[in-house]
Amino acid sequence: MNTEHKNTAVLKKDKSNNEMLLEVKNLKTYYPIKGGILRRTVAVVKAVDDVSFEIRKGETLGLVGESGCGKSTAGRTILRLLEPTEGQIIFDGQDITNVRGTSLRKIRQDFQMVFQDPYASLNPMMMVGHLVSEPIRNYNNKSEKELKPEVLDLLAKVGLPEDAYYKYPHEFSGGQRQRIGIARALALRPKLIIADEPVSALDVSVQSQVLNLLKELQDEFDLTFLFIAHDLSVVKHMSDRIGVMYLGGLVEVADKDSIYAEPLHPYTQALISAIPEPDPRKKKERIILEGDVPSPIDPPKGCTFHPRCAHAMPECQSVKPELREVKPGHRVACHLYK
Amino acid sequence: MSAKSHLHNDTPLLEVKNLETAFSIDGTYYNAVDNVSFRVKPRQIVGIVGESGCGKSVMSLSVMQLLPKGIGKIRNGEILFDGVHLENMTDSEINKIRGKDIAMIFQEPMTSLNPVFSIGFQLQEVLFNHMKISKKEARLKSIALLKSVGISRPEKIVDEYPHQLSGGMRQRVMIAIAIACQPKLLIADEPTTALDVTVQAQILELLKEIQEVNDMSVILITHDLGVVAEMCDEVIVMYAGKIAERTDVDSLFHNPKHPYTQLLMGAIPKMDEEVETLSTIKGIVPSLKNMPKTGCKFAARCPKAMPECLTITPQLAENEEGHEVACLLYETSRPKTEVNA
Ligand SMILES: Nc1ncnc2c1ncn2[C@@H]1O[C@H](COP(=O)(O)OP(=O)(O)OP(=O)(O)O)[C@@H](O)[C@H]1O
Ligand SMILES: Nc1ncnc2c1ncn2[C@@H]1O[C@H](COP(=O)(O)OP(=O)(O)OP(=O)(O)O)[C@@H](O)[C@H]1O
Ligand code: SF4
Ligand code: SF4
Ligand SMILES: [Mg+2]
Ligand SMILES: [Mg+2]
Repeated sequence: MNTEHKNTAVLKKDKSNNEMLLEVKNLKTYYPIKGGILRRTVAVVKAVDDVSFEIRKGETLGLVGESGCGKSTAGRTILRLLEPTEGQIIFDGQDITNVRGTSLRKIRQDFQMVFQDPYASLNPMMMVGHLVSEPIRNYNNKSEKELKPEVLDLLAKVGLPEDAYYKYPHEFSGGQRQRIGIARALALRPKLIIADEPVSALDVSVQSQVLNLLKELQDEFDLTFLFIAHDLSVVKHMSDRIGVMYLGGLVEVADKDSIYAEPLHPYTQALISAIPEPDPRKKKERIILEGDVPSPIDPPKGCTFHPRCAHAMPECQSVKPELREVKPGHRVACHLYK
Repeated sequence: MSAKSHLHNDTPLLEVKNLETAFSIDGTYYNAVDNVSFRVKPRQIVGIVGESGCGKSVMSLSVMQLLPKGIGKIRNGEILFDGVHLENMTDSEINKIRGKDIAMIFQEPMTSLNPVFSIGFQLQEVLFNHMKISKKEARLKSIALLKSVGISRPEKIVDEYPHQLSGGMRQRVMIAIAIACQPKLLIADEPTTALDVTVQAQILELLKEIQEVNDMSVILITHDLGVVAEMCDEVIVMYAGKIAERTDVDSLFHNPKHPYTQLLMGAIPKMDEEVETLSTIKGIVPSLKNMPKTGCKFAARCPKAMPECLTITPQLAENEEGHEVACLLYETSRPKTEVNA
């Protein structure tokens, strides 16, 4: 591992005493797989399997992990776009796991999502002004005209020109479309934004614009973020704390510097070592993982990582390690740490 | 094909001279690759980087003579592979080289593997095209190739179909097909972009190993500067169809000269550095139709642009030994002081 880690004592607002905004407790989301003529459930995909974490107000929690490990499913379940199979979601002090109807509608104003593919998530037939005001119009009776000053203000905030108002999504570049998506997400002044791979489809130059924008807006609007991505360096740049997922489970959570300087879980160690370093003078020790990620339909018993883990011990095959705090603020699910 | 050129390390395996490739849009041709020259030496790994739409893929398709017929054409320039001109070859002539001496792998292994044929069939097809071997030998060689790219249970996988494999395994199969005839040059266009980092690490390690064992040259196209730093000997930075900078990998990262390269470097978040704001490049790569006709094509986005950048086209020229840059800040008639301003 890279030991040259610079001691970057950047003075940051300490958010560890802020009020809790979101608490997720033992969350499970399973997708049924239907089969046979009767379309009976023949198996389940354990997409999110017993995940617990919390986010404080004004904080950014990054969620990383490889394709299919359940990041999006977790995000969508928290927003109640998917029904949780088990567990609890507490938002701003209120248990929202089972709220429905008008109460759910009311809570939905407080959280928004920004998606990976800005093109697919914007209705191509709608003008930008219309797209950005739509969330507001969903909640009150104001006309588009009444809302125009507010929308223009939002467009300015995300760095789009005024004339964007009368244009259509296809007239914009990928980065600009992502700005439209962000303006839309901001429209209702939400408390929590779940950004699901918001820059994965963008070029580095544009990616940096969008990342800078999200940070600025966080300060200005006092936003709390759940930031989902598979690029650990992007996540580290954006987050206060980072959670690492593997096969539906959260295997490690810590503040971003500890995750990078002192990853404890063998999977986190492999993940960090795999990131290509943009500096040819740094040659790092690489942990190459054997094999592929197993299926979440039939995950390995015990520690789900054991078939690929170089440190696996006999008990890893039968006993599932709990996510436990092993250092202040640093939690890991691995039998190596007792 | 002459073998003697390999005796001299400096003789390029591939030499591209003043290449211009154009696409027809509404009846008019626009250059997507605009007067590009570079060389690839034997055993060298040359990276090509740049934002989306800057001409990386079009350049590699030009070398492979795979431009879409009737839409794209090479307007000008020469492509010399092992001393032989490729740019005017007939289909049957180029077919003897493509897949044998020059092979290519693409970003999305699912679209480049045929879903209706087994893995073994697709491997054997390449072998039959370029070698005189029996069916039985071809099958055995296919299994050996799958094994050599790190696929476990190759005897079983050889009879499976693309959809039965994971993304990483499909990319391994693509590599197996590409190296089946031991090509001298492999062009890899974003070979790991669709893969997770841990799988990417496996594939890059594999590519490097094959390159060393087979004495192969590689052109590696990617937008990931981390991948470049790890894999390449030399790097070409492209912008709007032109080469902005070309140098060895160490100077690219530690002494980038072109403003575009400098900005690209500052735009990536780095694991071991904390910065509040990343550098950005305003605007976007112009489309072919909106390409500026005169001056530096980067001028509209360049923070160091000077009035003459709008009228004078910078030429790619050696600034330090082995380090070429196309920017008016470095053209010799100018005072050096401006450079680090
Ligand atoms: N609608 C669905 N029905 C059945 N299985 C699903 C469904 N959506 C996702 N899955 C499965 O659930 C698991 C988790 O998927 P999810 O999309 O949450 O992963 P992810 O971490 O967001 O991956 P990526 O990085 O590729 O976006 C995967 O195995 C996926 O195949
Ligand atoms: N078949 C085509 N017809 C018309 N224009 C094309 C065609 N293929 C590519 N182009 C144009 O040529 C330019 C260069 O494209 P190219 O695909 O080489 O970019 P690239 O650098 O490979 O980008 P990416 O990183 O997105 O793969 C772009 O402006 C593109 O729109
Ligand atoms: S619990 Fe065991 S198998 Fe799992 S990561 Fe820790 S050491 Fe490896
Ligand atoms: S030539 Fe001028 S516009 Fe072009 S990169 Fe150099 S300084 Fe910038
Ligand atoms: Mg996802
Ligand atoms: Mg391309």
